[in-house]
Amino acid sequence: MINLDSILYVLSSILFIIGIKRLSHPKTARSGNFIASLGMLIAIITTLVSNSTVNLELIAIGIIIGSVIGAFFAIRVEMTQMPQMVAIFNGFGGIASALIAAAEFLNPSEPLLSFSLATISLSVFVGTLTFTGSFIAFGKLQGFISGQPIVFFGQQFLNAIIGISILGLSIYIVLDPEQINIFYLIIAASAIIGIGLTIPIGGADMPVVISLLNSYSGIAASSTGFVLNNNALIISGALVGASGLILTNIMCKGMNRSLANVIFGAVGLEQTTDSGSETKQINIKSYSTEEAAMIFDAAEKIIVVPGYGLAVAQAQHAVREVAEFLAKNGKTVLYAIHPVAGRMPGHMNVLLAEANIPYDQLKDLDEVNNEFEDCDVALVLGANDVVNPAARHDSSSPIYGMPILDVDKSRTVIINKRTMNTGFAGVQNELFGYDNSIMVFGDAKEMLQKLLKDLKEL
Amino acid sequence: MDINIFTVFILAVFVGVEIITKVPPTLHTPLMSGSNAISGIAIVGAIISTKVGGELGTWLGFVAVILATVNVVGGFMVTDRMLKMFKKK
Repeated sequence: MINLDSILYVLSSILFIIGIKRLSHPKTARSGNFIASLGMLIAIITTLVSNSTVNLELIAIGIIIGSVIGAFFAIRVEMTQMPQMVAIFNGFGGIASALIAAAEFLNPSEPLLSFSLATISLSVFVGTLTFTGSFIAFGKLQGFISGQPIVFFGQQFLNAIIGISILGLSIYIVLDPEQINIFYLIIAASAIIGIGLTIPIGGADMPVVISLLNSYSGIAASSTGFVLNNNALIISGALVGASGLILTNIMCKGMNRSLANVIFGAVGLEQTTDSGSETKQINIKSYSTEEAAMIFDAAEKIIVVPGYGLAVAQAQHAVREVAEFLAKNGKTVLYAIHPVAGRMPGHMNVLLAEANIPYDQLKDLDEVNNEFEDCDVALVLGANDVVNPAARHDSSSPIYGMPILDVDKSRTVIINKRTMNTGFAGVQNELFGYDNSIMVFGDAKEMLQKLLKDLKEL
Repeated sequence: MDINIFTVFILAVFVGVEIITKVPPTLHTPLMSGSNAISGIAIVGAIISTKVGGELGTWLGFVAVILATVNVVGGFMVTDRMLKMFKKK
């Protein structure tokens, strides 16, 4: 049957698709976001107009409260905290879907068929799991919970038992929907498994986890769409689900890890020191910023490699000033961004864009790697594992096989670090001992400010 | 059981994969926050669940309206805030 509201839902889905399509270029992206928000407005108005029995007062109050909270977060959040915000929002999206499915179960508009009961169970399961999992991820990112993987004996076995129980309970509820307590049990078990699946994952793997939870929030919305037989929910949920899954895949590739390894591997756990005795002694050269300035002065092509350490030191503006000064003196300056340089997909790009660094200077791994061959200076700022050449040749290294930025192929590599501490993967970086490597120790921001001063004095 | 909604779902997944693989890594964070906003489409379901009738269902719908609105408003606003920062030289 064709009626006006289903046409309008299709229109809003089309606007979402066009909106995402326009995200394929920074020039059109902003208008794309606007188009998508227009699609959302159409969907909301359509729903309000076509459902005469809804509680308009409650909806108005809910929308006002939600808008205030949402706007507050959107305006106040620091760009470094974007992963936390996305994590919370994934959680909200998940639990909203679960609540809707629960409402439909407890106060059905028409007698529930087996299919509806099955999709309600799915929606409640995925939605609740997304909610608790997202809050654990948030806690780890924010530092409320240790970034260390939390593991105990029999953990995977316990998770498996809970998972199978949820499946069993769901079948039970489909067969006998009168059992409200069984329904609550599904909610509780889903909440527990959301926590159980997220606590063993280390802080460094959070980019994968939030991408995955992003996907789950979409799947939850989609299954709620099945419950309500609503195409707008099904389509939008599918888009979000696909997006999260693609980003998850990109993050896994960036670390050369399988999704199973991220979820079950508990990587980041303090390793028993089996490599302690065989750690190779590396000889490093430590330079002052004055000496580094002279190297920059003689260089023509410079590639900056920012890592998360740069953002921690709040040095984005300082690096832009140095880069602008160098560019003004006729040098080519590029930025090489590794897929896992930040704390979520594309995070580093946003952090640099915030510091007014033009996006056309930001190059990703595939674009930039052959640029290092004729590069005079690669400036590595707060990055470690993503520039470790051991990933290319040392099969015993934990990061072996991970795609890296080939900074070592540059004539000179200048590495800024606070200390000689190892990176996330806990491995010493052999790059630091290379003949063409120079270390400049210190806080990234202070170092760059001193470097700029020295460059100007030359 | 309606097979059409499965068709819609499967096709939407294909469209999603097709358009999202074209989003460059530079825009992956806005993509995530933007898709957060789009998953706020749950607001449609939330509104429907407040239908006058069931007590508990109405209140669950009310909470869902709040949470989904946070996603919609917060998601679109923060995405716009980020995209504004992307400038060409």
